[in-house]
Amino acid sequence: MSDSRVADRAPGRPKPARDPLKGSTDVPVGQGAVISLRSQARWRWWEFALAVAAAASWFLLPAHTPLLTEIAILALFAISLDLVLGYAGIVSLGHTAFFGVGAYGAALFATHVMPDPLVGLVVAIAVSSVAGALSSVLIMRGSDLTRLMVTLGLALVLFELANKLDHITGGADGLQGAQMAPLLGSFEFDLQGRVAYAYCLVVLAVGVYFARRVVKSPFGVSLQALRDNRLRAASIGLAVNARLAAVYTVAAGLAGAAGALSAQKTGFAFASLDVLAFHQSADVMLMLVIGGTGYLYGGIFGAIIFKLLQDLISAWTPQYWTFWIGLFLIVLMLVGRERLIRPWTWWRGGSTR
Amino acid sequence: MLTLLFDGIAYGMLLFVLAVGLAVTLGLMNFINLAHGAFAMAGGYVTVLLMERLGVPFLWCLPAAFLFAAAAGALLERTLYRPMYARPHLDQVLFSIGLVFMAVAAVDYFLGARQQIIQLPVWLQGRFDLPYVDVGKYRLFIIVVCAVLTLALQWILTRTRFGSRLRASVDDPRVASGLGLNVNRIFLVTFAVGSGLAGLGGALGAEVLGLDPTFPLKFMIYFLIVVSVGGTTTITGPLLAALLLGIADVAGKYYVPKLGAFIVYSLMILILVWRPQGLFARAVSR
Repeated sequence: MSDSRVADRAPGRPKPARDPLKGSTDVPVGQGAVISLRSQARWRWWEFALAVAAAASWFLLPAHTPLLTEIAILALFAISLDLVLGYAGIVSLGHTAFFGVGAYGAALFATHVMPDPLVGLVVAIAVSSVAGALSSVLIMRGSDLTRLMVTLGLALVLFELANKLDHITGGADGLQGAQMAPLLGSFEFDLQGRVAYAYCLVVLAVGVYFARRVVKSPFGVSLQALRDNRLRAASIGLAVNARLAAVYTVAAGLAGAAGALSAQKTGFAFASLDVLAFHQSADVMLMLVIGGTGYLYGGIFGAIIFKLLQDLISAWTPQYWTFWIGLFLIVLMLVGRERLIRPWTWWRGGSTR
Repeated sequence: MLTLLFDGIAYGMLLFVLAVGLAVTLGLMNFINLAHGAFAMAGGYVTVLLMERLGVPFLWCLPAAFLFAAAAGALLERTLYRPMYARPHLDQVLFSIGLVFMAVAAVDYFLGARQQIIQLPVWLQGRFDLPYVDVGKYRLFIIVVCAVLTLALQWILTRTRFGSRLRASVDDPRVASGLGLNVNRIFLVTFAVGSGLAGLGGALGAEVLGLDPTFPLKFMIYFLIVVSVGGTTTITGPLLAALLLGIADVAGKYYVPKLGAFIVYSLMILILVWRPQGLFARAVSR
């Protein structure tokens, strides 16, 4: 990465900005950028609070572990979409392709090669990253509509493949594979899913930390630059396509990790066509938008809110909950998320737009 | 062989009528409307209900489906869609997915999840057995109706005053409104007509495509393929794309049923990677 150079060089210099002998050609700009990056990357108190809350949920809410496990997996998935959508500005309707590749990769690996969950996770991440790198050429050209169609098309192609290659994937019945080996060789996956939840939380935490490192780095800032104006970013010398490919690969890897978790969480390697279905892509995008794009934690909040909403509404009206989700989505879009979460601005007239 | 081609053409013409409204919406307002299929579904259900409950003849149901879908389109355009025009594409996508979810669940709730069956009039059933080719009467009817509609649309777009206003607004809405055209009115009428055509297509296609509450989700991808492959700047682009898609889909499902829709999706990806603006589009800088 060409611009990590700036960050590496900077700490070695003792206050060069004010030194008249060194001249003022290159220093103040670089130094200012480093300071600004550093201040952006500082850990905030609520990030620690969130981590503590996540850890506490393991101890305090043992009865709800299946739901919480699902939330943790979806949060990781939504964060990976945020890298693509919130930071690089690529509207993708087929992000579940990588979730599915990760899930099937982990399930197949556990069934045919070895049942160790961590190795399976690494394999799934590797496979989905490769898939992301290969398919990143598809998203570099064209308009929003083209990208929408190509990403959606990729997910559909994989769905069809998984459906038709039923001797490998189990087709519509799903892939019901081997029992997973104990985690780290000593923690057996239990029936209540406590171990699985802890596992998912740790992977989520590592994923968040990693994604945070990525987006707070100069690379992450350059992504936001090309999201806001691709032409300008290209004309100040950013290699736009290389960066898009890089972030798409990383996001695919994270989505693959989430998929692998979803395949392993019951203690049996399991993957079904559901992980590649269109509604999965729509749901994860919905989560991200509920939580807010472009600040990384939107995925977590969105997954929590979405899952709780889904749980509440489908307990009340199991067949028609999509109606209310749709209504919620329309209201959210018409009113705007910024105003919806700030009720005190509702009666202030239309000047906020 | 020729029968397959014929069926493919009928299917393609149907897809064109279903999707042309979407092409215009997208080209005109630059609005990605995933809920287009919901209007088609509305048209289909109007036809089924009119025929089953009130015994209206099939031919009278078609204009009714058009009018109902057009009215629904006009109403929604005026109330819900208009504030969304200036929003980013992501917001539009999510908004229209929300509409689709609501439409699917609402139809499921009121009319049930089962597949609806349309009883065609006797003179449209059966087929002509010509040498080398079997011509289904209903498929022929579809082709004729859709061809007439296509010609009418082409005539309206190129020869009438409204057509030239529409094309001016497509090319540059700001300049068009600066010249005194009421762009909002043009948007409204166009959206309504596009939705109406979708409704008509839904009514015509209920027998061929099948009609159940998940119709908008199932065929959304097909409409989008037609529009993105065909491009949004002309009306012939989507037409050719729709014919291509129809023939490829019918032939693919006949010769290699194992692969199903796989061929169509892969073909779309390849075409879009090759020509991102669509197969038949002139270069636009948008």
